[in-house]
Amino acid sequence: MAQFLQVLLSGLATGSIYALAAVGFSLVWQAAQAVNFAQGEFVMLPAFLVLIGEHWLHWPLWAALLFGFALSILLLGLAFKRLIVQPFGPDGGLPLVIATMALSILLKEAVKTFYGAEAEPFPSLIPNGDFHIGGAVISVRDVLNLAAALAVVMLLTLFLDRTKTGRQMQAAAQNPGVAEILGIDVARMTLYAFLLNAALAAVASFLITPVYLAKFSNGESLGLVAFIAAIIGGFNRIRGALVGGLLIGVLDNLTATYVTLSYRAALPLVLLIAVILWRPQGLLGDAEARIV
Amino acid sequence: MRAHREAIAVAVVVAALIVAPLGQGNYIAYLLCSWLMLAIAAMGLNLTLGYAGRISLAQASFIGIGAYATSIVTLAHYPWVLGMAVGVVLCFLVGLLLGFPALRVRGHYLAFVTLAFNSLFFLVARNEDWLTGGTYGLSGMPRPRIGPVSTSGQLAFYYFTLAVALLAALVLRLIVRSPWGRAFKALRENEVRAESLGLDVRRLTLLAFAIGSAYGGLAGAIEAPLVQYIDPGSFDVVQSLSLLLMVVVGGLGEFWGPVLGSAVAVLLPEALRVTAAYYLMLYAIAVILLMTRCPGGLIGLARRIAARPARRRGAAVS
Amino acid sequence: MTSPHLSVRGVFKRFGPVVAVHDVSFDVAHGEILGLIGPNGSGKSTLFNCILGQTAPDAGSVEVDGRRVTGRRACDLSLLGVGRTFQQLAVFPGLSVLDNIIFAAQEHRGGMLGRLFMRPDAGLTEEADRMIEFFRLGAVRNKLAGDISYGQRKLVDAAMAFMAGPKLVLLDEPAGGVNPTMLAELRERLQTYNREHGTTFVVIEHNMDFVMSLCGRIMALAEGRIIADGTPDEVRADRTVIDSYLGG
Repeated sequence: MAQFLQVLLSGLATGSIYALAAVGFSLVWQAAQAVNFAQGEFVMLPAFLVLIGEHWLHWPLWAALLFGFALSILLLGLAFKRLIVQPFGPDGGLPLVIATMALSILLKEAVKTFYGAEAEPFPSLIPNGDFHIGGAVISVRDVLNLAAALAVVMLLTLFLDRTKTGRQMQAAAQNPGVAEILGIDVARMTLYAFLLNAALAAVASFLITPVYLAKFSNGESLGLVAFIAAIIGGFNRIRGALVGGLLIGVLDNLTATYVTLSYRAALPLVLLIAVILWRPQGLLGDAEARIV
Repeated sequence: MRAHREAIAVAVVVAALIVAPLGQGNYIAYLLCSWLMLAIAAMGLNLTLGYAGRISLAQASFIGIGAYATSIVTLAHYPWVLGMAVGVVLCFLVGLLLGFPALRVRGHYLAFVTLAFNSLFFLVARNEDWLTGGTYGLSGMPRPRIGPVSTSGQLAFYYFTLAVALLAALVLRLIVRSPWGRAFKALRENEVRAESLGLDVRRLTLLAFAIGSAYGGLAGAIEAPLVQYIDPGSFDVVQSLSLLLMVVVGGLGEFWGPVLGSAVAVLLPEALRVTAAYYLMLYAIAVILLMTRCPGGLIGLARRIAARPARRRGAAVS
Repeated sequence: MTSPHLSVRGVFKRFGPVVAVHDVSFDVAHGEILGLIGPNGSGKSTLFNCILGQTAPDAGSVEVDGRRVTGRRACDLSLLGVGRTFQQLAVFPGLSVLDNIIFAAQEHRGGMLGRLFMRPDAGLTEEADRMIEFFRLGAVRNKLAGDISYGQRKLVDAAMAFMAGPKLVLLDEPAGGVNPTMLAELRERLQTYNREHGTTFVVIEHNMDFVMSLCGRIMALAEGRIIADGTPDEVRADRTVIDSYLGG
């Protein structure tokens, strides 16, 4: 039982970070119908921006973090939208997908070439340590990661549901034509979605990199997990992406502990195929929202 | 007239390919082999995606199936032809199965299903050591013998690969030039209309996957004796994505597109003599630019350039 | 009295709470041109889709030449000699006009495997050229169907429906978006075809002048039911029809 709690919690902790990437992925998908095949690299890159601030510019950690965050939003939010997505117009289709795949290669190779191919330690923002409840050893990092990720998603949901801008963003994503008529600045709302995605990716990066070390190829598996989480939960739902992320984190940990270590990665894949074939709107999505 | 010119161009290119490795080192012959091998796989993907309009992000896993089948069979001292046949047939059948999701979902969803399939293949190849050698992979595959002739020399193996690639291209050419080719395109352009005109959409979709995948298997049958070492990492999703880029860069649905696209990915970096890392970055930027300016790929771009002076000439006459 | 060409019996189709087609039955005789009219949402297109195997009806049956075809796939119907056009343009924009028209008949030639070994045109170029001539598309024969005018594409669409020599053709709003000159030509071509080949037509149409002058019999649908069935003059004078159009 104690072990189960431990496994569950650490699954939730990783899952909540996956969820951040998945939520951003969904936001961009809704706002611009763009499937971002570079989403994994979007989570990989911010950590390296921080490392650049720390090791190349010799800034203190807080300044390096700020620098990494700001630059992420600029590069992965603004520049991504302006330079990659926008030129394809409202329906990018396959060419846009290909462009994001190329972007993923570009980001990976740039980090590998200009920073290094080795895994780099990344400063943890959270003190290491454990505390004991009953027989279970609970890692402080897991608890705080989970709390931080959940807080971010909660704030985002509040922003989207309770503020005028948030509601305008949702309207712009659901029906850009009607939103335009209602006087909503659709282009600006789309931009916000991209900026939010970049911010979420940066937060995910800062939380997950201390666990796995910073490596140029980190995005390969992260990107896949983000897609899977977003699709399992329901492509068009923030809440779906959150649930999808948590589900995958937990399932992954449970499989690894109790079933099989070597096939731990298979379960989410099988789940993904099953969901797409039998419930393409996702576990929490509406049938009407399905877009093929 | 156009067919005539194409035949001449093909003859010139084939002649060039025959003399290309002469007097060069083994490395050039090896490189040309890798190119032709990937071109075969990309041709198959072009049939599935370019002609029939169904995306697959699993082509690398079919190269893998072909390569493992060929390796296992030839390492057991059976001839290459048998290994190749096993690989190709296996890929055809597995491709047929992978076609079933394509009957239910399209576009991004199909992309993710096939991508998940490729990831699952990777896991199986890594974990089933008894069959695939796990992470250590398989090595020491012998090169095929054709009667008394051994292809163990790099140059001999190159001509063997060239022959296989030309044969594969010829067969594909016959397929896409037959009524099937028109049916594949009709499937891509408007499935509902095609079905209302009597096309068995279900069967043709499955065939598009099966044939495209079989080409992946054939490429794998070349890769195994070429590299003489295979491991799961050679057949992961990243490989599938890069094959997709080759097809799109060359020109989707253009017969020679995959050949050109794989040349850009494999041969061009050598010709430009830039280190692989810089080349990949430049390649990525070029792909992004190409997609924004000309989604029809390099052949589409060439067509557009070729059409421009013709229009000007036409304007001058009128 | 010979048996009907098309026989629809008690077809019923609902989408959630909405009943789109409510217990519709009718017969169409060989060589007849039947017009199907009704306001938007009256169930015409759903009825078409039920007949053509695109949508499975919840109840009822469809027979072509006395053969039950309910639940058969669209491609099987095509092979049984039932052709159709679509409300939205349904040509293959990336194929030439000639290829569009050849494709329309190639799936009727031989078996699937056999077609792999046929000549590229499946021996259909001559026939396709006759069809191109019949619809006066000679000038655009080798152009991509995506590059020609809307009206011309409508004609390609119709030519495709006829190319395989169907005995029964269902036309979904053939006149929609076609300019008046082209319209007269389209009507004339359809009537000529009907006269020369004895082909049966069922036509959904909103353009009243067009449908009344084309068809020998008109059936009006409202809210999924048949409310009138008769000659154009009878239907034009029918009180219920006028009410359903004006009253909404």
